[in-house]
This record gives sequence, structure tokens and C-alpha cells, in this order.
Amino acid sequence: MQAELDATRENVQLGDGRRWQLPRILRGARAYVVLLLFVLVFLTPFYWMVATALKSEVQLFALPPAWVPSPPIFENFMQVFREVPFGRFVLNSATLVFWNVLGQVLSTTLIAYGFARLRFPGRNVLFLILLGTLMVPDQVTLVPQFILFAKLGWVNTYLPLILPAFTGSPFLIFLMRQYMMTIPLDLDEAATIDGAGRLQILRYIIVPLCVPALVLVGVFTFTWVWNDFMGPLIYLTDPAKFTVSLGLGFFHGARETSWHLLMAASLMSMIPPVILFLVAQRRLLGGLAAAGLKG
Amino acid sequence: MSAKTSMAAGERIATSGRRARRPGFLRRWREMGPMARKEALSGYFFILPWIIGFIVFLAGPMLASFALSFTRWNIVGDPRWIGLENYRQIFTRDPDFVQSLEVTFRYALVFLPLSTVVGIAMAVALNSRVRGVGLFRTLLYLPSVVPGVAATLVWVWVLNGRYGLLNTILGWVGIEGPNWFRDPQAAIYGIVMISLWGVGGSAIIYLAGLQNIPEHLYEAARVDGASGWQQFRFVTLPMLSPVIFFQLVVGLIGVFQTFTSSFVATGGGPLQSTLFYMLYIYEKAWQSLRMGYASALAWILALIILIITVLVMRSSPYWVHYEAERK
Repeated sequence: MQAELDATRENVQLGDGRRWQLPRILRGARAYVVLLLFVLVFLTPFYWMVATALKSEVQLFALPPAWVPSPPIFENFMQVFREVPFGRFVLNSATLVFWNVLGQVLSTTLIAYGFARLRFPGRNVLFLILLGTLMVPDQVTLVPQFILFAKLGWVNTYLPLILPAFTGSPFLIFLMRQYMMTIPLDLDEAATIDGAGRLQILRYIIVPLCVPALVLVGVFTFTWVWNDFMGPLIYLTDPAKFTVSLGLGFFHGARETSWHLLMAASLMSMIPPVILFLVAQRRLLGGLAAAGLKG
Repeated sequence: MSAKTSMAAGERIATSGRRARRPGFLRRWREMGPMARKEALSGYFFILPWIIGFIVFLAGPMLASFALSFTRWNIVGDPRWIGLENYRQIFTRDPDFVQSLEVTFRYALVFLPLSTVVGIAMAVALNSRVRGVGLFRTLLYLPSVVPGVAATLVWVWVLNGRYGLLNTILGWVGIEGPNWFRDPQAAIYGIVMISLWGVGGSAIIYLAGLQNIPEHLYEAARVDGASGWQQFRFVTLPMLSPVIFFQLVVGLIGVFQTFTSSFVATGGGPLQSTLFYMLYIYEKAWQSLRMGYASALAWILALIILIITVLVMRSSPYWVHYEAERK
């Protein structure tokens, strides 16, 4: 390594001993070129989706493929609603999202508070077990969970897709607990002296300070539940109960060649998570990064 | 999963610094004052939802799944104990099992290195100090929030052999692209592309890792005359290795969960060339209703993941650089 370093040092050093560098403005330009290349590769599929969603059935199969739909047919989006009960799917997904967000926010707050603030024998061991469960692959529990819910007669209801949220996701509990650990204990102690009970401390001191973490829990849960495909696929059989993702999958199976409608439906299905991401992105990206580094 | 992996994952976070052996649970409980006992009781009360979930949705099902793996059961009627028969069948005369393992591993061998390289490259680009870089972060992260089914459908259309975007572009430079999802040789690379589209998700984590690298290391390297590439090779990569390690472990588990893209795009075909392990479990459990067999498959997979994770962790001292070890 040292030899390599020495060799290059000679190459890059100029006569007067200063290192030669690209002028600042050119370095900026190089960064932009790389970034634009990435954007071009990663966003062209989006463009293709939008363009296809606006094409006529004839234009769909033009050769060579048309880059710009002419004329753009906005009617395709309405057509989706006529072909499949898309509005129904959206409502179903929204119902699941609502209960899951509620469940995760409530349960992770309580559980994280227990782990972050209260002392009890076995706390560290239990927390290690909680972290260990992050490593358990879903497959192992999928079949027996299904059998459990099937025996309870809950297949084709939303209960299997909602109830687990009220026991808290280990990842989100971990996230909340780490956040709560950053809140100074003095605040709790001051409140205790003022006669506040544990629930009051949680409600009036911890929760207001945890809003950023709670938003993160909500956004994560929303996105997971909205995007989930396998859960609804396993548990829901009645098309009237399908979620957006599941409905989209079946729409694809039924109308394999209606790519303009499939793209219109796909486009609509990604609006909620994309908007949520755009609104919460600062917090989300920061939180993701923190979770990734600490994990 | 095992004490070892959970310890390794937890050690960094939950160490209280105490190494001395602590008295047992009962003894501690008896020695507690009334206040401490009350606090402990409310502690258990607060974490109760997780304990219930752990027993009902995780530990219980895991044990049940283990027991079921020794039975034959199609969900109606009673499970019939058949000992190791499921395992014997899987290992000796189940070509689909071998095929699904092969598919999953081949995919892992292509996808994991690619996503690491592209993820880091993207993160380095996103780390440039130029105006408007925030907008680029948003744009490049965007594909990873797209629902799996929608992302898959987009790519099935983009990779259409005749009318698809990619083959059109390849055609400009005179390359005749394959009929991706209809071609047993190419289909798995189609799945790789779908997954790679969401690489912005890991790029953001690499980016955070990059931003944690102290600037003085680069200054020192520059003083020594290191070129841009050398700075990357001898400062960035070692400093980033803990993040790469974390991403690799998470990515491995993710690879074995790959399901939606192959289910929607190919249904495992053509010629079972995208029969991912998860898809195979799904077919056995929900299409053939062989719950015992599917449980055995799931446990084999859990074991494989465990072994690989332990191997990756064992290998980590050779290439992962933890700053803290130096202190």
C-alpha cells in the first residue's frame, strides 16, 4: 500500500509541490453528470409507466414503441375503476393501514417505555431476545400462524392482518426505545416529584418529545401495510376484501395485455406511499439512516 | 434464533458494561424493596403486549412449525406423525427443492454484490457537496417506496421482449435483447433488475455511513498524496465496512424472502427458472396444502440462513473495521 501511495504521489504532484486538482466548478460538473446518469437510469421506468398509462391500446403495440403518447388518453385512469373495483381496494387498504398504524403507535410506545425507563429483573435478557427475533425469517412462522388463524375461523377477515400490529414490531420497538433513551431522565424525575404517575409521565412528557419517532413508526407501518402483498394473498380470498396490491396482482393475471390500464393502476397504487414519503422525507431518511447505522 | 446470533446483534446496544455475574431472578426479586417491586411490576405490564405477541405470533408458531415438520397434514383432519419422512423426501427425491435452492443462491450471488456496488456508488454520488443534491436524494430513493406489485408490473412491461423499453434501447446499439421473463436464461436477471431498482433504500444508509467518516482522515490521506481512488480504497471502504456488513446480513435475509416479484412476474417460470425458495414454500403450503412439508422446508431454510449469517459474522474480523476496537 505504501509503495502504491508513493508511486501516485509522484504522479499527481506538480513541480511546485502543490497537488493538481480539477478546478472546483469542474468537480461540481462531474458530480452532476454522475447524479444525472443515476437519475436517468432509475427514473426512466417511471416515465415509461406514465407514458404507457396515457397511451391508447393501439399505440401500446406500435413498433418502434412511441415515447410520447399522442394523444394522451386520461380516460385510462377512469377505465381502471370500471374494470376493477379499484375504489373498493383503496378503501380496504386504508382500513388496514389505519388499524395497523394505530396498533403499532400504541404498542411500540408502551413497550419501548417499559424497556427504556423501567427497571425490572430480566429486562436485558428480554431485550436481547427482542433483538434476536429480528433475525427470525418470516417463513418459519408463516405456516403455523396461518393454521392458528384458520382454526380460529379468521381466514378472509382482516384480523390476521391487524392483530399482530398491536403487539408491536420488534424493529419499531427498537427504534422507539433508542429514541426514548435520548430523553433526559431529569424530566421524569421532576414530574415524579410533582406527583405524576408513570402513565402521566408517558402521556405528558415522553410522548410529546417522541413525536419524531412516532411519525417514523407511522410512516414505516403505512408503507409496509400499503405495499404488503403476501399477507393479503394468504389470508384474503374474497375479491371484495382485496387490498390495492393484491387487486393489482390479480388484475395483471386477468388482463395480461392491457398494459395501459395496468400502468395506470400501478401509478395510482403508488401515490399514497410516494406522497407520504415526500411529506415526511427529512425525518424518514434521517431515521432510516440512524436505524441502519445503529442496527 | 440462536443465542449466538442474538447476542452478537444485541451486544453492541444492550451492554451495560457490567461483566460480574448477577444474582438470579428469584433472589433479586426477594431482595427488592416495595417501590422497586412496584416499578418492576409496571415494567412487565408495559412490555406485556410484546410478550404476548412473542409467545402467540413467534415462539409458539416456531415450536408448532417444528413439530408440524414431522407430520403429514392438509389442514383438514388431524396431522399424522411421519417422523423424518418429510426431511427424507426433501433431501433425496425432491428436484424442486434443489431447483429452488439453486435459483435462490444464484440470485443472491448476482444481486448482493451488485446491490452493494451500486448502492455505494450511488451513496458516493449523493454525498457530493453540490447544490440541489437533496433533490437527487429524493428522486433516487423514490423507487424504493413503490409497492412491490407495482414495481414488478412496471418492469415486466419495461422488459417486454418486443415492445419493452430496455430492448428498444438495446436495439439502438444493435443488441437484440432477450425476451426477459419468457426466457429461462434471462428471467432471473429480470428479477434482479426489479430488486435493484429499490437500491436507493440501501444507498441512503451507505450515505449516512459516509457522512459519519471524519473529514480529518481524508485530509491526512491528501497530505500523504493519496489520489481520489486511494482515498476511497484506504479510507472510505474500511470506514464503511461495518455498514456494508450490516447491509449484507440484512440483504441475505431479504434474498431468502424474495417472493412478490417472482410470484407476479413469472409465477416461478419459465421452466422453474425463477422458482424462489419462498415461492416454493408458498406452493407447497397454499396450493398443495401440505402444511407439514412446507414447515420442514421453512425450517431447513431457517437453518441455512442461520449458518450463512454465522459464517458472515465469523468472517467479519477479517474485513470489517470497527473504530471502537482501537480505542
